[in-house]
Amino acid sequence: MTDISQTPSNMGGAAEQSKSGSLLTQNARTRKRNAAEMRFRGYGIAAIVVGLIMLVVLVTTIVGRGTGAFQQTFVTLEVELLESKLDKKGNRDLEDIKKVTTFGYAPIIKAAVQSKIEGLGIETSLKPKDMAGLLSKDAAAQLRAYVLENPDQIGQTVEFRFLAQSRVDGYLKGRVSRESIENDKNISGAQLDLVDALVAAGVVEKTFNIDFIIGADASDQRPEAAGIGVSMMGSLFMMLVVLALALPIGVAASIYLEEFAPKNWLTDIIEVNISNLAAVPSIVFGILGLAVFINYMHLPMSAPLVGGLVLTLMTLPTIIISTRAALKAVPPSIRDAALGVGASKMQAVFHHVLPLAAPGILTGTIIGLAQALGETAPLLLIGMVGFIASNAPETIADGLLAPNSAMPAQIYEWAKRADPAFYERAWGGIIILLVFLVTMNTVAVILRRRFERRW
Amino acid sequence: MSFVKLSASALAIAAVSATAAAARDQVQVAGSSTVLPYASIVAEAFGENFDFPTPVVESGGSSAGLKRFCEGVGENTIDVANASRKIKDKEIKACAEAGVTDIIEVRIGYDGIVFASDINGNGFEFTPTDWFLALSDEIMVDGKMVANPNKTWADVNPAFPAQPLQAFIPGTKHGTREVFEDKVILAGCEATGAFEHLLANATGDSDKAKKKAAEKACISLRTDGVSVDIDGDYTETLARIESNKDGIGVFGLAFYENNTDKLQVATMSGIVPSTESIATGEYPVSRPLFFYVKKAHIGVIPGLKEYAEFFISDEVAGPDGPLAEYGLVSDPELAKTQEAVANEDVMGGNS
Repeated sequence: MTDISQTPSNMGGAAEQSKSGSLLTQNARTRKRNAAEMRFRGYGIAAIVVGLIMLVVLVTTIVGRGTGAFQQTFVTLEVELLESKLDKKGNRDLEDIKKVTTFGYAPIIKAAVQSKIEGLGIETSLKPKDMAGLLSKDAAAQLRAYVLENPDQIGQTVEFRFLAQSRVDGYLKGRVSRESIENDKNISGAQLDLVDALVAAGVVEKTFNIDFIIGADASDQRPEAAGIGVSMMGSLFMMLVVLALALPIGVAASIYLEEFAPKNWLTDIIEVNISNLAAVPSIVFGILGLAVFINYMHLPMSAPLVGGLVLTLMTLPTIIISTRAALKAVPPSIRDAALGVGASKMQAVFHHVLPLAAPGILTGTIIGLAQALGETAPLLLIGMVGFIASNAPETIADGLLAPNSAMPAQIYEWAKRADPAFYERAWGGIIILLVFLVTMNTVAVILRRRFERRW
Repeated sequence: MSFVKLSASALAIAAVSATAAAARDQVQVAGSSTVLPYASIVAEAFGENFDFPTPVVESGGSSAGLKRFCEGVGENTIDVANASRKIKDKEIKACAEAGVTDIIEVRIGYDGIVFASDINGNGFEFTPTDWFLALSDEIMVDGKMVANPNKTWADVNPAFPAQPLQAFIPGTKHGTREVFEDKVILAGCEATGAFEHLLANATGDSDKAKKKAAEKACISLRTDGVSVDIDGDYTETLARIESNKDGIGVFGLAFYENNTDKLQVATMSGIVPSTESIATGEYPVSRPLFFYVKKAHIGVIPGLKEYAEFFISDEVAGPDGPLAEYGLVSDPELAKTQEAVANEDVMGGNS
């Protein structure tokens, strides 16, 4: 601190000359300090560059691996819905038609594939069973669902768009090659030849697959049919529960603690514990949820209601902390002015302080929700991670209580399945989840920008 | 303050609907991650073909599943536990203590355990002895038990390349681990004569206790990082092999068959694992797969019995069914199992 005179070393002008030299020439010490500053700037820029590179690598990996999931290979076929197979009695009684299981639909599909290939004049040495093997196992389910919905169509020939099996899909996407299937018993080279011929004939084509975004999970045998839609609904219902519980409780608690509570050791302990809770690993809340909500309160397993309750516990500290910060940021003069013109304490808080703190509270809530949306660990213990292929919920009560998964849980589930096609879907799911998170964070930023006031 | 009213009413709705719909109407399954793919295939087909909702199938390992199964009877406990090994006496006891007495055991078929390495690496032809010499804590050298000195596969068997030993085996919460210990390590232990040596030096009150002690000594694996326990699923094992090309992993046959582009399979005692060689019993490392049903839940949880019957019906678990197509070796005694499930026969007779 003795070298004040040297600091503006290269500013020149009317500054007082130092004894050790000219202001216009840097002495060794100044050079050293300037070099240190330059080095520090360099470190900073390097840190940002490393961060940016990581981000670019992450985003390109996710997009590169995940976009495939949004496209799927379909096979267009005309299927003759044989009465002799589907409705033996011929009375169109739904109960009788229901008795034919999806296994009973396999021969119909086999016949349809065979006649299509013969109709196109494609030569192949494959047996009809292997020809039908190009289709997804989902085809029989799709066909049965259609017949049950339209029993009057039995006996007619109807055109269907079936999913192709995951290896065929992988072949069209370049994931599967002739070399890689050498030991694969799910597909053969002859089948791929047939696929090539069918692609040329326009029967097999790769198009956008809306079912990935709105559909339900599928079993290990038909990765091509799996979708993230139902688990998205699960996440949505959980977020509704979190919002409905965490926001009022969190805001009420922070208003009381910040504006009304006496400052004594008890409130100090509460404050410290709220901060501690924010740092508790989320799996702990899962164990708590299992013990309290399922084993003690007997709420249903795998239900988004329970998931929402668990995530509420997890989100509460985040909301309380950000709300208190927002309330603290409102200057005391606002309160004083309100009290000065005769408002009660509650009026001062609700009419003046709270509206000014609202943008901060909303931002904190949205960030808390985004955090909860991406959480998997607590859901593991309450049965929301697994094969949960329910249909989309029809009522609100169904949405809250029927078993469902959540988006991150679904991604985790896909990532650990054997078929490589699920891996692609896991990346696709990550893209959708990221879109949600980015949207929520953007809304939070916009709200803050637009409504926040600074004093 | 409308949001206060809104949230209060939302709470009320949630509370009312929770009590109104307390009865669970879907079957809840948990357990072995080896059985999970089969169970999910069945659950999906069950949901499609019946008017019952699709069962929920969770994984987590056989032991974890059976532990949850034995927590008690009631709607907040699972109905079915999948297991890649038989339920242990200890677990039956734990079940009984929690009130779960009538358990129906259902064998769904057989599954092979394969040893696979990176597709571009060296191929192997193993015998159980090789695995014992590679992974055991102590092996016999010149009639004495010494700490395992082997560092490469060439040390284990001169016929193998000098590739560093590195194995990824299932963790102890997996049923697969037990089969690996019984059918591979223990078999190797006996083949090298180490078992006899251990048995002769074992301390215990009875022959049975001695045998148990010797077996335990046999299957204790080295802890110097050569053998790595994988507590996750086979995908984790696969990821480890992809990052460490020297590694050899333990997989289920079905998993290997879905990843033939990344893995090459090793033979065991000269036999290539396949559904055929497992069905004939030639391939030695196979095990039955089970699921366990709580009899007390039949009639309470809609669709439970139908699910169990559907699982082992000929069109699902038979030799031409979807499970066999995925990699399950179907049980030649399926008819007997079907009958037992139809009669709701519980384990241990009329206990």
